[in-house]
Amino acid sequence: MAAVVFKAEDVTKTYVTGDVAVHALRGVDLELFEGELAVMLGPSGSGKSTLLNILGGIDTATSGSARFKDLDLTGQDERTLTFYRRNHVGFVFQFYNLIPSLTALENVALVTEIARDPMSPAEALELVALSDRANHFPAQLSGGEQQRVAIARAIAKRPEVLLCDEPTGALDSKTGVLVLDALMSVNRELSTTTAIITHNAETRKIAHRVFYFHDGRIARCETNETRLEPREIVW
Amino acid sequence: MKALDKKLLRDLRHIWTQVLAVALVMAAGVATILIAIGAHRSLDGTRNVYYERYRFADVFTSATRAPVSVVERILRIPGVSIAEGRIVKPVLLDIEGMSEPASGLAISLPPGRQPHLNALFMRSGRLPKADAGFEVVISESFAEAHRFTAGSKFKALLNGRKRELKVTGIALSPEYIYALGPGEFLPDDRRFGVLWMAEETMEAAFDLDGAINNVTIKLLKGASQPAVIAAVDRLLARYGGLGAYGRKDQASHEFLDSELQELEAMRNVLPPIFMIVTAFLVNMIMSRIIALEREQIGLLKAVGYSRSGIAWHYIKFVLCISAVGIMIGYGLGQWLGRGLTRIYAEFFRYPFLIFDSSTDIFLAAAAISATAGLAGASGSVWQAATLPAAVAMRPPAPVAYSSLFSRHLKVITAFNQVTRMTLRHMVRKPLRAGGTLLGIALSLSVLISSLFAFDSIDFMIDTLYFRTDRQHATLSFADDRHPRALQEAAHLPGVMRAEPARAIPARIRNGNKSRRIAVIGKPRNADMSLVVDLDIRPVKLPRQGLVISDKLASLLDATTGQYVTLELLDGKRRSVEVIVSAKVRSYIGLLAAMDLDALNEIAGDGPRISSVSLAIDTNRTDALYEKVKALPAVASITLQRVSLALFRDTLAQNIAMMMTVYTSLGVIIAFGVAYNSARIQLSERARELASLRVLGFTRQEVARILLNELAILTALALPLGWLGGYGLAWLTAQGLDTEVHRIPFIIDRDTYAWASVVLVAAVAVSALIVRLRINKLDLIAVLKTRD
Ligand SMILES: Nc1ncnc2c1ncn2[C@@H]1O[C@H](COP(=O)(O)OP(=O)(O)OP(=O)(O)O)[C@@H](O)[C@H]1O
Ligand SMILES: [Mg+2]
Repeated sequence: MAAVVFKAEDVTKTYVTGDVAVHALRGVDLELFEGELAVMLGPSGSGKSTLLNILGGIDTATSGSARFKDLDLTGQDERTLTFYRRNHVGFVFQFYNLIPSLTALENVALVTEIARDPMSPAEALELVALSDRANHFPAQLSGGEQQRVAIARAIAKRPEVLLCDEPTGALDSKTGVLVLDALMSVNRELSTTTAIITHNAETRKIAHRVFYFHDGRIARCETNETRLEPREIVW
Repeated sequence: MKALDKKLLRDLRHIWTQVLAVALVMAAGVATILIAIGAHRSLDGTRNVYYERYRFADVFTSATRAPVSVVERILRIPGVSIAEGRIVKPVLLDIEGMSEPASGLAISLPPGRQPHLNALFMRSGRLPKADAGFEVVISESFAEAHRFTAGSKFKALLNGRKRELKVTGIALSPEYIYALGPGEFLPDDRRFGVLWMAEETMEAAFDLDGAINNVTIKLLKGASQPAVIAAVDRLLARYGGLGAYGRKDQASHEFLDSELQELEAMRNVLPPIFMIVTAFLVNMIMSRIIALEREQIGLLKAVGYSRSGIAWHYIKFVLCISAVGIMIGYGLGQWLGRGLTRIYAEFFRYPFLIFDSSTDIFLAAAAISATAGLAGASGSVWQAATLPAAVAMRPPAPVAYSSLFSRHLKVITAFNQVTRMTLRHMVRKPLRAGGTLLGIALSLSVLISSLFAFDSIDFMIDTLYFRTDRQHATLSFADDRHPRALQEAAHLPGVMRAEPARAIPARIRNGNKSRRIAVIGKPRNADMSLVVDLDIRPVKLPRQGLVISDKLASLLDATTGQYVTLELLDGKRRSVEVIVSAKVRSYIGLLAAMDLDALNEIAGDGPRISSVSLAIDTNRTDALYEKVKALPAVASITLQRVSLALFRDTLAQNIAMMMTVYTSLGVIIAFGVAYNSARIQLSERARELASLRVLGFTRQEVARILLNELAILTALALPLGWLGGYGLAWLTAQGLDTEVHRIPFIIDRDTYAWASVVLVAAVAVSALIVRLRINKLDLIAVLKTRD
């Protein structure tokens, strides 16, 4: 049995805006194992992003506990969370979030420069098959290419976990396949624990396990006996 | 290079015009600091070195005639380290090719050597010899004005006898760095020169064998100057001592002091304005950048950049802008500084002039500017550093336009759609709108405070030459004369009318405050040389009592109706209590005047006059000059026409330089503020404007929407700028208010109008540049981007 990477226990998150309180998470329990690829599904507003942000150390839980290995993510100061993100977490976002004034290669370098044991930016681009676009600015890249740069940027530091919030959300199916391929091969080759949020239910078929969110809770969890390759799933 | 630094440089390059606009404002601040402090130090430092090396005296005094032995006695006064006696006499000069007589001040030199005090810096030639006829060393400015060199000759009236003087050398003296002729308030190199002659020559020429009439004194360290002055006055009283005075009352020194004071005022007024505007502009730019880069900041945080790392990134951004500003400011400061040095070189005669460009001022200026920039950016940088990463990942919520405004201010519905958009936009960014308004207003203020000098000088000329001293010429005697000299003067060729006056050196005292002045006696029914009240109306001098200028009154803390002590240093040297019967206006020096008869009464030495004001027939001036050049009693003749021309020339030159500088500074502010404000609005509203273009609005219409805000803000800034200009002009006038001179605080309506025209033009130009960018608005790109 693989080691536990993430362990969340009764995590809640309440946003208070004015006099309205939004319960984004109402008590989530979850374990993710080393090398595992998890897909998270659920209706809009069910709390997927919120949980991922808490696991990634860019948000904090209101109550409950969330651990990354031995590190308690709840109640940590900004500095500890920054170093946690810097050294352990790779993020991929729906809107790529590349720095427009930096080339593909430089966008990756942005992360390798501060990481502990990174691969070279060129190597990371190689992994997402974008070596020939290294010196293009984001504006000169298609959406799918931009997202692959974002993945290269996320994996370049050899993170232990890769957190992807709707990485294919802004892409067409063909490009989406390329992106998922990239994620799966990273998961396989570097055995990076990977969590992918998606609205495409078919994507669940590439996962080891699938978590279904509903109204701030994980309603159920499925384990796939057999997994499909991204190009085999129907969009 | 780090990827983040590459981003920095590319971002800077992307908005280089805005960076430049801010940098220019900052540069103006740096330059004014460099100039004001640099020039202050140059002037002060050079003066100190010069004084030190050429042994400028600490105390000066003159008497009618004292035995040489008195110097020995002065030396024994505790606190005196060196005392040196000499002969100083005003002389009338007759120079070939110059119809009007010039004035000279002849000063004796010890036999064959430099004096112990006030040594000469010999530019060329040698010291005069006693036995070789009338040899003189002349002051450099005078020599230059007449192209005199060693060997040149000119004539002078020495004690009633015309002598031919031979120039043996050209020199500078720490005593005459700023050399003023008698009765003048601006140096006239052509009409005034200092002449140094051998002691023996002067003793013989002025019948002062074994006698002196002037003593200069160097004090020991820590000696009490007032005590020494009092002792010297006691010693010299019976030799007609005219009262000793310190450097503070020495004309050249005093003038340099006033110059230093002006530079201090400049330093205190201008740099703060530029720094405030800089801070605001940096604030405006950085808040926009950080708003635009919200998601990038969020990403940087998500991938593990720390708060301080992100803060440092944006601080570097500001430091880069500052670096550009500081570099330009340094160049500008050096360049303008050199211009100022040239002006100084013309007025002040130094053997050397070091323009102090020491690095510490530069570093201080750089630090101040960078601090201003960082202060402006601090809010935005803090915001960037603390932006929660998770929040940054979401696109910003649609802006909440103030519904308050439209609900409560019913007026808004009265405007058309475009104006409504503009007003909402302004209200949504009150800080930026307010800052823009303030910046434009400040620029207008600077413009007004630069242009008002014209009004001031016009008013001053009118007052000086057409309301107070309305005579054509003033004839001053070497010594006070009997009033019959008035009749003699009236009979000189071409003279139509003559009016007497007397000046007596005195100390005026109120409590523990005192000043050394000359009390002027004028006839009550004077018609030419008048005294004017605070509203520039002629004053009929009271039968008893004294009128003093408001500056003197404030220095003495004296008011109308109270008694002050007048210690006359001539005549019977009486000390009397006189009532201050009115305050009057005077722009030059410190004025105290009374009725001539009343003054003669308290002087107690019978009716005397020391000068005569003349109205002359301008067709016969040459005949008059010819006659005056041979009059032994006359020490100098000043001509109002010449003096006015000189005044106009000199000030025209200086003011033209100052005006150019100040106006450029004002325009730089206006441009920096307006351009940045418009550019940032363009950035904020690009989507909105592009949408309008897609909907079928023309570029012209879209531009109007964008520039509407700038137009409204400029219109609102006008009254504020007028008010600020009034205040700034007042501060400027205060800065020029010294014991030596002051300027009237007058701003004509034209000045407000012209300043506004310049301002509007500067804003219009920046609007035009932004307008050109609207033409390039890429509709598709703009609509595609998420804002
Ligand atoms: N900063 C915030 N302030 C207030 N409410 C918030 C905030 N962030 C999230 N929420 C609310 O928390 C709830 C969960 O949001 P979350 O982003 O986790 O949903 P999600 O499952 O990712 O939805 P989607 O699929 O649309 O991305 C939603 O109702 C959302 O409105
Ligand atoms: Mg989400």
